[in-house]
Amino acid sequence: MTKTPLMIRSEAVAGGAARLLGLLALALALGGCAALANPNPRDPLEPLNRGVSQFNEGVDSVVLRPVATVYRQNVPPIIRTGVANFFGNISDAWSFVNSLLQFKLQDAGENLTRVSMNTFMGLGGILDVASGFNIERHREDFGQTLGRWGVPAGPYIVLPFFGPSTLRDTLALPIDRRLDLVQRIDAHGWRNTAYTLRAVDQRSNLLRASSVLDGAALDKYSFTRDAHLQRRRAEIFEKEEPPAPPAQPGEGAEPARGAQPAAPGGAQPAVPSGSPPPAAPAR
Amino acid sequence: MNRRFLGRLAAMLLALSALPGLVPAAWAADEAPDALIKRLSDEVLNATRGDKSIQAGDLTKVMALVDSKIMPNVNFQRMTAAAVGPAWRQATPEQQKRLQEEFKVLLVRTYSGALAQVNDETVTVKPLRAAPTDAELVVRTEVRGRGDPIQLDYRLEKTPGQGAGWKIYNLNVLGVWLVETYRSQFAQEINAKGLDGLIAALADRNKANRKG
Repeated sequence: MTKTPLMIRSEAVAGGAARLLGLLALALALGGCAALANPNPRDPLEPLNRGVSQFNEGVDSVVLRPVATVYRQNVPPIIRTGVANFFGNISDAWSFVNSLLQFKLQDAGENLTRVSMNTFMGLGGILDVASGFNIERHREDFGQTLGRWGVPAGPYIVLPFFGPSTLRDTLALPIDRRLDLVQRIDAHGWRNTAYTLRAVDQRSNLLRASSVLDGAALDKYSFTRDAHLQRRRAEIFEKEEPPAPPAQPGEGAEPARGAQPAAPGGAQPAVPSGSPPPAAPAR
Repeated sequence: MNRRFLGRLAAMLLALSALPGLVPAAWAADEAPDALIKRLSDEVLNATRGDKSIQAGDLTKVMALVDSKIMPNVNFQRMTAAAVGPAWRQATPEQQKRLQEEFKVLLVRTYSGALAQVNDETVTVKPLRAAPTDAELVVRTEVRGRGDPIQLDYRLEKTPGQGAGWKIYNLNVLGVWLVETYRSQFAQEINAKGLDGLIAALADRNKANRKG
């Protein structure tokens, strides 16, 4: 379709913003590279990631969180539920495709049932009829599919706006987005409204969780990173025995850690990152 | 029926009557771990559900509840030692005591904050997959309410004779093990500022939470 001047200009702005972000990232990387004394093997880009995290926190506290709070406080719950159901339905469709790709046939069947029930009997997804019948949703995305197929996660990466991710999931993101049904909405204005509404909806559902996180963490960045990586692994290997937490020490005695020097200046214990569960392929 | 037969019968019965004492004795005085978790979860949820002051954000009641009902069933020293890591062995008893106290306040507050969000959630305990002789096991539960179910797992160790016979020493929420996550948090602080720095960081976090 021909591009309107508005579209061309907004693409140019987006391109410019991307380039600016790239420069910012590069500056942060160069500036921060020397700073880290104890690099974490799962997070070799830590200085860069911390910078981007801070940027995201800024955007979140200035823009997203206030909007999500207003949304949560002023929009009646029934409408918010409808919005959440609508976008949930769209994500269920993509989950269906991914469960197929992972050969999780029962999950795929349930996702498909959910999508059909909610679309046809639930006013296009606004009513979550399927949950009333106890048909569970099984969230899957392309990053999980790749993980299941054995692609290792790679280093932890924090993406601007999108937040915590890994190299594998970042590479999977364009596929998730290209096949995102919201992408199919042709009218540019409606599509942006849909993206915004979905972001606000998701953020408002996480408001409570983020406030608990704020109080629980000594260092929000590393807490978020470790939680994200563990959560991701759990999502991929969900049905199997939960991976035993690596090297559970008794009272500090840790034979599994081998020659870990007890000196305070010694390397940060990197065991939680380095020891994948024995039964699982490289994550 | 001659006497020898009766004698043998009596001996057999005597032997058999001793057996039931052996197997359930391991569990008789102590509660089964999944029953313990179910009981604790139900008690806590029933107490917090529908309480207006809790939902308004007043955490004092929830914290008192967590302290009285849940804490006695947690092996807090093991949790703290595991989270602190190798430096625990080098800590003085005074430092260990302070670490435990501050960590406990942090966890109780975090857990209470999460509990305060509960409305109509119910907890289902999944079937236990462990041999009766296991000294450590995992109890898996699921919290269902609005939105996706939340997976909540507990690691318990057998403590025959103490309390309910089992104590919690690790917690997993949505696939994230608590002790592991705090271990790297603590390691960061210890590497930067030593054990005293860690204690100070914990104390600061608790102070900030009390204010906020």
